[in-house]
Amino acid sequence: MKFIDEFRDVELAKKLVNRIKQLSTRPTRLMEFCGGHTVSIMRSGLRQLLPPTAQMLSGPGCPVCVTANADIDKAIALASLPDVIITTFGDMMKVPGSYSSLQQARAAEADIRIVYSTQDALQIARDNPTQSVIFIGIGFETTAPTIAASVLQAENEGIKNYYVLCLSKLCPPIMKALLDLGELKLDGIVCPGHVSAIIGSRPYEFIPRDYGVACVVSGFEPLDILLSVEMLVEQIESGKPKVEIAYRRSVKPEGNKTALEVMDRVFEVNSADWRGIGVVPASGLKIRNKFERFDAEQAFSITLEPVREAKGCICGDILRGVKTPNDCKLFRKVCSPEHPVGPCMVSSEGSCAAYYQYETV
Amino acid sequence: MGLIMNDETILLAHGSGSRLSHDLIEKNVLPPLNNPLLAKLDDSAVFDLSGRLAFTTDSYVVSPIFFPGGDIGKLAVCGTVNDLSMSGAAPLYLSLSFIIEEGLTIGELKKVVGSIKAAAEEAGVNIVTGDTKVVNRGSADKLFINTSGIGIIPEDIDISGANAKVGDKIILSGTIGDHGIAVMSQREGLKFSVPVQSDCAPLNKLVSQMLEASSKINCLRDPTRGGLATTLNEFARQSGVGIRIEEEKIPVRDGVRAACELLGFDPLYVANEGKLVAIVAPNNAGKILAKMKRNKYGTEAAIIGEVTDEHKGKVILKTRLGASRIVDMLSGELLPRIC
Amino acid sequence: MCLAVPVKVVSIEGNEAEVEIGGVRRRVSIVLTPEARVGDYVLLHTGYAINVINEAEAQETLKILEEMASLDEIH
Repeated sequence: MKFIDEFRDVELAKKLVNRIKQLSTRPTRLMEFCGGHTVSIMRSGLRQLLPPTAQMLSGPGCPVCVTANADIDKAIALASLPDVIITTFGDMMKVPGSYSSLQQARAAEADIRIVYSTQDALQIARDNPTQSVIFIGIGFETTAPTIAASVLQAENEGIKNYYVLCLSKLCPPIMKALLDLGELKLDGIVCPGHVSAIIGSRPYEFIPRDYGVACVVSGFEPLDILLSVEMLVEQIESGKPKVEIAYRRSVKPEGNKTALEVMDRVFEVNSADWRGIGVVPASGLKIRNKFERFDAEQAFSITLEPVREAKGCICGDILRGVKTPNDCKLFRKVCSPEHPVGPCMVSSEGSCAAYYQYETV
Repeated sequence: MGLIMNDETILLAHGSGSRLSHDLIEKNVLPPLNNPLLAKLDDSAVFDLSGRLAFTTDSYVVSPIFFPGGDIGKLAVCGTVNDLSMSGAAPLYLSLSFIIEEGLTIGELKKVVGSIKAAAEEAGVNIVTGDTKVVNRGSADKLFINTSGIGIIPEDIDISGANAKVGDKIILSGTIGDHGIAVMSQREGLKFSVPVQSDCAPLNKLVSQMLEASSKINCLRDPTRGGLATTLNEFARQSGVGIRIEEEKIPVRDGVRAACELLGFDPLYVANEGKLVAIVAPNNAGKILAKMKRNKYGTEAAIIGEVTDEHKGKVILKTRLGASRIVDMLSGELLPRIC
Repeated sequence: MCLAVPVKVVSIEGNEAEVEIGGVRRRVSIVLTPEARVGDYVLLHTGYAINVINEAEAQETLKILEEMASLDEIH
């Protein structure tokens, strides 16, 4: 498959690993911010092949994992309303909220349908004009433009029964919040490639400038990640941190202007509640007043039970990179993919799920 | 009575044992499947059988009921024939029960029965007894089918998930993920056009040819729900051994690979309905593999790994990059993801 | 996060395109990449093309990778 197979070349990968081993003279702490990178690294076994000096930490870049219990509870409460069809990406189905999950709600007769795209949700809205179709809008800046586009399309077509529960979050603000927390001593960050396809590389410039941390925007194939690690190690060894793009075939410094405009038309920046971190100002998106008739939070009134966090769950610490799944008392013993306690185990790219599924030998 | 049109819907009355019920069965179900035992229409099929018997049952609830490469009828025959074959049994007789949701059309039922007939003929089995019920709209998803099957196991065959031995080779009969992707591509909310058909097929003749090459097959299973990964984990646990497989050796069609990339699936966990995994002694592996390749359902068969005494109860995959990682069982449903 | 896959644009009709990868096809939205043309490869995320892939940059990256790999041989 084009632009995939070439970046999985085994021989090149092995040579790159050797080059990294030669370059890397001192211990470096690199965070792979994005859950997709965690999965790719673990699935290909890259973690095993990299030299011990290049330590990889998993970050909070998993939109499912960082969705707060309160927000999951909202989605479930909306699902229980009459004449409502919930449309959601598959990722959210098993995530436990304070009391239940969308999967459990579906078993209890809520109409919850998995979709691949907001386009499919719009079609469900067209096909069911007497029902309210609510889309659970999780994701980062990669997904936000697609959700915004669906709102604009609903408006253009006069679709009156389509709503979005806006849970979109932004990456650069949370990176700043993590760096400000000062819990981690990071030398470099592998920046999320597909978020950057939308926002470009400029939003990360504050990271080397204000924190002295190296940044490389990375693709997801093994060779992409290896190239990024190599570039990060080079930056760190030279003592000159900056923002570089390794994923040049998909990321421009200015990003995707059309996508950014579409996002800006529909959304405005707002504070957001991040699991394990708390409420972070200007780190999420909210539907603008102009489009408030599409906002599920405005259109429907729900009552929520008090939010509860699962006892013993340290997903928050894991998301911030200060603990690993193996540090968690519940990991494997109580918390497993069949019976997840926290979202890090549910999301296929949550650290715990990745460690559980792809534990290296 | 009037002419029954194909788009006529099946009603509750068709399941009530009334004349309508009899008509439904006698006009649409019996004729294609006809055989002497079934024709008797007694409450039980009565026959003589001796030897070591294998007996299995399965219910089929796949949605949608028609998918590229097959339908629920073909699945219902092949699934049960294959379960018998995986014990080394030659399948003989099947029972067939329909639970029909009111509103299914006669045409749809006839199509499914046609597939059942074709699959049964290919496998060389007879449907000897059956039942039909019709339930309220909403109580079944268009059509549910249950088939039970009975077969005879030849004397020197001892196949069990607990029989794997260290040093054994693991043979996979062909490409993985075809069925799951074919079905998934038809689901509302996920529609893709895939150049992939379900691999649904009766494997009893393939198995008997493998047993001709060598009767010493230790383990045999068809990796259905949960995919290859789950089946290999079952073997590892049942036999108390480790299993080591190589990513490069596992055949996957381009279309399946592409669909998995798009939906975020790992082909190792996607269902198959016309494949088998065999664990055999190393000195028999070559000739069994050669026999398999001459059968149309085994042309892409390959040795994908071996049984070890390390990491007992676990399955280890050597990735293309040469690293090793654990492959666990599928937990819960396979869900498409965006992250 | 953000599973996005490179797919080829086979045909375009207004805001939608038919794309293909490994024989799999789907109708997707190109509202976010109005500059996409037939024959281009785009990054597909949840049914929308989010970027047009720059083939020249891809070749350049592969070249860089190969150069780095050969540096390893010199040592």
